[in-house]
Amino acid sequence: MTTIHLNGQDREVDAPDDMPLLWAIRDVLGFTGTKFGCGMGLCGACTMHMDGAPIRSCVTPISAAAGKKITTIEALGKEKVGKAVQEAWVKVGVPQCGYCQCGQVMSATALLTRNPSPNEEEIETSMAGNICRCGTYNRIKTAIHTASESLKGGAK
Amino acid sequence: MSPMFSDFSFVNHGIDRRGFIKSVGATGALLFTANWTWAQEKPAKKYGGEGMPGGTKSDAKLFVAINHDGTIDITVTRSEMGQGIRSSLALVVAEEMEADWERCRVVQAVGDEAKYGNQNTDGSRSMRHWYEPMRQCGATVRAIIEAAAAAGWGVPIREVRASKHSVIHALSRRKADFAELVGVIASFEAPDPISIRYKSPRTYRYIGKEHTHSADAASMVSGTAIYGGDIRSAGMVYAVVARPPVLGSTVESFDDSEALKVKGVLKVMPIEGADVPSGFKPIGGIAVVAENTWAAIKGREALKVEWTSSPHDSYESEAYRQSLEEASTKPGKLVRSVGDVEAAFSKAKKTHAATYYLPHIAHAPMEPPVSTALLRNNFLEIWAPTQAPQAARTEAAERAGLPLEKTRINVTLLGGGFGRKSKADFINEAVEIAKAFPGRAARVQWTREDDIRHDYFHTVSGEHLEASLDRRGKVSGWLHRSVAPTIASLFGPDPKHQQAFETNMGHSNIPFAIPNVRIENPEIAAHARIGWFRSVSNIPHGFAVQSFIAELAEEAGRDPLRFYLDLLGDDREINPDELKDGWNHGEDPKKYPVDTGRLRNVLNVATKEAGWGKRLPKGKGMGFAVHYSFVSYVAAVLEVEVEKDGNLIVHKATMAIDCGPRINPDRIRSQMEGSCVMGIGLATTGEVSFENGSAKQSNFHDYQVPRISLAPRSISVHLVDPEKKVELGGVGEPGVPPIAPALCNAIYAATGKRIRRLPIGDQLA
Repeated sequence: MTTIHLNGQDREVDAPDDMPLLWAIRDVLGFTGTKFGCGMGLCGACTMHMDGAPIRSCVTPISAAAGKKITTIEALGKEKVGKAVQEAWVKVGVPQCGYCQCGQVMSATALLTRNPSPNEEEIETSMAGNICRCGTYNRIKTAIHTASESLKGGAK
Repeated sequence: MSPMFSDFSFVNHGIDRRGFIKSVGATGALLFTANWTWAQEKPAKKYGGEGMPGGTKSDAKLFVAINHDGTIDITVTRSEMGQGIRSSLALVVAEEMEADWERCRVVQAVGDEAKYGNQNTDGSRSMRHWYEPMRQCGATVRAIIEAAAAAGWGVPIREVRASKHSVIHALSRRKADFAELVGVIASFEAPDPISIRYKSPRTYRYIGKEHTHSADAASMVSGTAIYGGDIRSAGMVYAVVARPPVLGSTVESFDDSEALKVKGVLKVMPIEGADVPSGFKPIGGIAVVAENTWAAIKGREALKVEWTSSPHDSYESEAYRQSLEEASTKPGKLVRSVGDVEAAFSKAKKTHAATYYLPHIAHAPMEPPVSTALLRNNFLEIWAPTQAPQAARTEAAERAGLPLEKTRINVTLLGGGFGRKSKADFINEAVEIAKAFPGRAARVQWTREDDIRHDYFHTVSGEHLEASLDRRGKVSGWLHRSVAPTIASLFGPDPKHQQAFETNMGHSNIPFAIPNVRIENPEIAAHARIGWFRSVSNIPHGFAVQSFIAELAEEAGRDPLRFYLDLLGDDREINPDELKDGWNHGEDPKKYPVDTGRLRNVLNVATKEAGWGKRLPKGKGMGFAVHYSFVSYVAAVLEVEVEKDGNLIVHKATMAIDCGPRINPDRIRSQMEGSCVMGIGLATTGEVSFENGSAKQSNFHDYQVPRISLAPRSISVHLVDPEKKVELGGVGEPGVPPIAPALCNAIYAATGKRIRRLPIGDQLA
């Protein structure tokens, strides 16, 4: 039994220590917004935030999340940056199939939280771990700039 | 289970849907069709949507329902896999019925071909087959609403008009929201389709407009969108399957003692595989069923399986490449012949030959195959991300020993498809598990390794071209031999030759003004499951043809653009039959000729917008390609830089598409952008190779797909207006074929290095 602090609530998870956080949250707790893509930390579809930092939940054992603050896509819209990113994604029309986009949004939110005005190179570096097979990368870049601008506008 | 899949008849709160639109089924149009058919000696060949199994339907009551609050449910029968079709088709209905998009909801149809018509979401044909039926539905409902309002006000129908979810009677300044009319609509009959008035395009608010109205974007970025693996049910079981690594291999023996010791593993069970050719059926193996996905994966790791030997054990990609290239240099089955190529070659001032190779590629949609099945009370229910629900349903019913009406298939969102999810093998695996766990939902999850190793691979191809140039530098003879295992090997004895639907994808049906042409297809056997991959045979054919033309321009010492335009010749419409294309993507050759003027036009637009001819610094170069496929015309110009260490940067991509009338321009752009990125990825790293009969690659470390840094720094997409009235074309696929040749032509311009073998890999280092 492991206790994680998921989206603002303590949750007890009855799962073996080596079960990846992804499967614990999807199969055991029933939150399906986070996606499975590769199981090797290669594609970013399973990105969550652990204590604010983006992690690949498919290679993070539940034991490593004990007592940690985990945020998944389901709760991201409650955060200012996350909400701005989601809105920018819709406005720019980023999603095609949409399957990777929760992970993309999680990574972009982590980036903008750390760096409110990223340049192209910083975007490419921060988003390098998230694959989109539909090829929406150009709109992802645009949407990150859009979210950045809207957050700055909101701060004025 | 998720409420989105509940029977949608409940949502209309008291409206008698059967009475809603009474008379559409017995219209003059149907009688007319019947008489016309009767008058023929034999049934005429059907084209377009009518040529598909199940045809199309335009019965408004199937697709439109008005709720008491005035909101509209629009049913979409095609699968959403990123092309935006759920939004685009629903927008067509909303447009014609003057509904406000903000008050419309898209409902996904279950798989039911008898009810809804053809639902196979492939071939880039959803919009071109369903635009007219959906328009008709929208216009029919608008006519009913207008009639209801006019009757209520006691005024002539011609004095009222629907506008933005209301009906207006201008003379009396009266206005009624659709919601106010719900009660009376039910008693009005649908007009005869022949009398339906369509909106003037000048009054369009959605069709052809630049916007990003999406039925799904918000749910996709908030985690609430439902994909294949997101169905949940109490007591659900989770399975992964160990499958034979080589085509034709089966389980010799297995030892499940360790697997059963893994906590959470419930059962280890064989799944019977179909013999080769296996079609869309599972290839068999051993399933590990558990209480959660992780336990199933761990159980499979602990499982020991011995596989039987197979005649395909010796499949090895390097040797196969050599046999493809060898076969392509010898005469083969004649597909098309015009004039006398041998004579042209012997008289030529110059001849040139080149052989190209393109490897197998895997679809690798971000969502690996996954599906859920539940067998309960003699009823089978399936939830699956499928492009072909009817095929899946038919086979699932057979497996469960149930009649079709006792089988229901719910189509979830697809996390990418690209042709992979037309095949029902993964769905029928779930049915097998469900049979062993009656009353419990059973999910089969493919891991990424399963997905790449057991894909229905894109073909592997050897393409040999020879051409002659006359004294004026014009092409006088053209020989193209294409050798590739055929998709037909999946369904019957391997014919070892490409079928019409393959060779007519840019091999036989080239529209160039060349007096002597010879198209051949030497034989080769398949040693893996070959399947449709987005753009299909247009990928190898387009790459070879477009690369070779650039080589010929170089041989002739001419600018590639001038050379290409010369090769196209005068603007003309060519009947595909003349190009030995009796397939023509299933479309009427009279409505869909191959139009060289449209090819010229997109090429001119793309090259002009890209600044073709401008001087670029050393190490940079520009290349173009233009290709006709899925009855659309696409040109691409890529500007690249190759750094000293061989690192490739794509600075700019400029694309132009003429797909006929445009319905949802933003989604056309997004498909071109995605095609561009995918095309660059296929060209640079896309390869699945075989050793000892099995795929060597398994995940994104060794089967690399483009990441953000490989995307062009900018992609500009130009939507080209056709210069005349033309029919709707495809959008999902035609963007891919010109990308790889444009890229390699650009690399040649930058470095002088001609790429004839894909992927590019480390050839630039």
